Amino acid sequence: MVAYIVRRLGALVLILLGSTFLIYNLTAISGDPLEDLRLSTEPNAQYLIEQYTKDLQLDVPPPVRYFLWLEGVLGFLWGDFTLGIGLDGAPILTALSLAIPVSIRLVIVATILSIIIGITIGIVSALRQYSRFDYSVTFTAFLFYSLPIFWVAVLLKQFGAIGFNDFLASPTITPPFLIGFSVVAGIFWMGVLGGDKKRLAITFAAATATTAAVLAYISGSGWLIEPSLGPVVITLMAVGAALGITQLSTGLSNRRSTMVSMAMALLTPVFYFIMQPIFTSEFDGGMLFLLAIATIAVGAGAGLIFGGDERRAVARTAAIVAFINASLIVLDRYMQSWNEYFNEIAFGRPIKTVGDSTLDLQADIWISGIDTFTHLILPTSALMLISLAGYLRFSRASLLEVLNQDYIRTARAKGLNERTVVMRHAFRNSLIPLTTIMAFDFAGVIGGAIITEQVFAWRGMGTIFNQALGRVDLNGVMGVVLITSMSALIFNLIADLIYSALDPRIRVTK
Amino acid sequence: MAKDLNPDAIGKEESIEQLETAGLSQGQIIVRRFLRHRAAMISLAVLIFIILFVFTAGGIQLGTEEQPIRFPGWWQWDIRDIPEISGLGEPTLDLIPPFIDGTGMQVGQHPFGQDAIGRDYFSLVMRGAQQSITVMFVIGIVATFIGTVLGAVSGFFGKWIDNALMRFTDLIITVPSIIVGAVIGIQVGNLGVFFLALFLGLFAWTGLARLVRAEFLSLREREFVDAARVAGADNRRIIFKHILPNAMGTVIVSVSLLMSSAILLETGLSFLGFGVVAPDVSLGLLISQNQDSFTIYPWLFWWPGLLIVTIALCINFIGDGLRDAFDPRQKRKITKKDREIAKAAKAKSVA
Repeated sequence: MVAYIVRRLGALVLILLGSTFLIYNLTAISGDPLEDLRLSTEPNAQYLIEQYTKDLQLDVPPPVRYFLWLEGVLGFLWGDFTLGIGLDGAPILTALSLAIPVSIRLVIVATILSIIIGITIGIVSALRQYSRFDYSVTFTAFLFYSLPIFWVAVLLKQFGAIGFNDFLASPTITPPFLIGFSVVAGIFWMGVLGGDKKRLAITFAAATATTAAVLAYISGSGWLIEPSLGPVVITLMAVGAALGITQLSTGLSNRRSTMVSMAMALLTPVFYFIMQPIFTSEFDGGMLFLLAIATIAVGAGAGLIFGGDERRAVARTAAIVAFINASLIVLDRYMQSWNEYFNEIAFGRPIKTVGDSTLDLQADIWISGIDTFTHLILPTSALMLISLAGYLRFSRASLLEVLNQDYIRTARAKGLNERTVVMRHAFRNSLIPLTTIMAFDFAGVIGGAIITEQVFAWRGMGTIFNQALGRVDLNGVMGVVLITSMSALIFNLIADLIYSALDPRIRVTK
Repeated sequence: MAKDLNPDAIGKEESIEQLETAGLSQGQIIVRRFLRHRAAMISLAVLIFIILFVFTAGGIQLGTEEQPIRFPGWWQWDIRDIPEISGLGEPTLDLIPPFIDGTGMQVGQHPFGQDAIGRDYFSLVMRGAQQSITVMFVIGIVATFIGTVLGAVSGFFGKWIDNALMRFTDLIITVPSIIVGAVIGIQVGNLGVFFLALFLGLFAWTGLARLVRAEFLSLREREFVDAARVAGADNRRIIFKHILPNAMGTVIVSVSLLMSSAILLETGLSFLGFGVVAPDVSLGLLISQNQDSFTIYPWLFWWPGLLIVTIALCINFIGDGLRDAFDPRQKRKITKKDREIAKAAKAKSVA
């Protein structure tokens, strides 16, 4: 195993050397960095050309200049690491260290959301194979897969931001939209839950009526301007989450699990009132993180103590339930700051189309959190739509493959109920092939998204790369390439290792 | 009859499929399955229609920008014509019948409208679509050729050849296609879209090569390969006559997926300014040029986008149909028609 990893790392270094050399020279022949200056009529153009040539060693031919660049990179061995300077004279390392967090913030949310949503819908679609729901999901997935991201991004800007902000000026939902949306929601839930005709009719009626009621309330109470959940709604949602998660993970017939989860749900209103005075403007991100850890610990602890025979499964369930419920409380606190943000910072137009944050925003964690959200929502949706489709297709195919296996037949034959067969036996195994794609996607997180960043004017890695390539700024291009190809190769290795750990039939050491 | 083989009586899906495919070769079964995939067939028809329409409407232009060889199409305007702008240059296409909106159905002078300087947008979109389709096919062909050959050689011979070729593949994977686009744009940009696609294809074969290699690794251990070798076949014959036909399913399916991503790649590169460059047009470039004027000239934005989505969607569905057709383990839904065919087959075999 260790020998395998060492061998792979050795190959990785060699590939990295080869690929950086190739890319360096390709970029070098893609244009002349001094072209603008050569055509310039400025009196100091000649001086600038000489200055740049000296600073960037442009008089050295590119294949040789590569080794000068490599010397700077290898400098980390003797504590003299540098990625050189860009055409604007600023060190590349500084630019990258500013851009990486921006890119990660942009891509990671979209990646995680598309994994969760894509796998969930893919699973449901596989369980309802050849139903109308399955066909619609397949069609939608193909449609999303065929969308050029720049086109989606411009459409989102037009309708998601400009249109929605206009709508917020007088947020009344019109009856035709309300009815149409409710019917679509009804049809969706009908497809998800399935069943015989009577059950379908009940599902449809209930989902349509609920959606219509919620939309009417949102429209009538001005909820979009002054949103809040309040203790009552939070408690109801917490109970719902507890029932739903327990049903999926251990089944409601497991009395201990149900009771622990319900206890978590019923503790939620108590914590709601305890947390209100603590959630001040001095609250910060570190405390939020501690709160998340504490919540999970409480849930898991309660599960371990009261879980009985299946204490690990119960603990897991309780931890998830506790985490969801705590998130609801935090979400409510964010909503309390929405009105202030809406009126005083966004001036009535909250959804942003450019940039990653409001300039010079001096605010507490709640306001700046909302600010990040309003900037993230459009690019995240654009990225999500497209990667969602991949996960949808893969998880569907993977689950169908697993459901055809003999061990699933065995599980059914020994009398396990459908929930246990699907969630414990099939679902987990269907995730194994997905780890490879997930690893690739996470490797892409750090590289940002060139087109999305450009359309929404985010200053991330993609933007640096795009601009550097346009100006033939070799050091800029190479800085980004070094980081992205390194993370791609490392995540590739990690994917292989995880795969062999999850599926013992695959040996990495040959 | 001792055993009742009537599929309807025992409701066994396997027996229905067996009756249906009785007496057919593997190739016939695959073709038949593909022809029965409704979404794929519709997509194929739409794609062929789009290709014919696009290439006949705009005419075909070969050669370089300086010395073009043109075959005029049936559409009255060319991309170089600059007719008078009427109004904002709104589309004159009206497909809504008169009894709904009161105006007649018509195609008009400029069905897709005119751009800001007055060029006929229909001819621009046709030219752009030609470019995108060309890129798609060229990348597909180049990548299929390289990927199949390298994957086959790597998987068949193994040992150091495999190792070297796979490390070379890893190397090529790390090269971002945007850099390839930039190099081609500067160095041979005036040679047109064909060379851009050719060079992009040189870097697009990696996924296919890996798949073909994996397929060859498992197929070369099979008995029919040993049999061929004992019969005296040389390596070349074994690779091309014995193993490759068995790996065709994998190749065809992944090529179709490669082509749908190729069209998105070209439009994306052109959008960023590293693919097809002005004065030539491509669908991505048209969107990029007109994205800021969405509120005033929305049609400049809709047409190229819808065309890209339609082409990519068609290719994806065709790929899906091919995958279903080639996958022997694929469990299909047994339709009424299947039952009828099975019944007929049974009746024939009894008679």
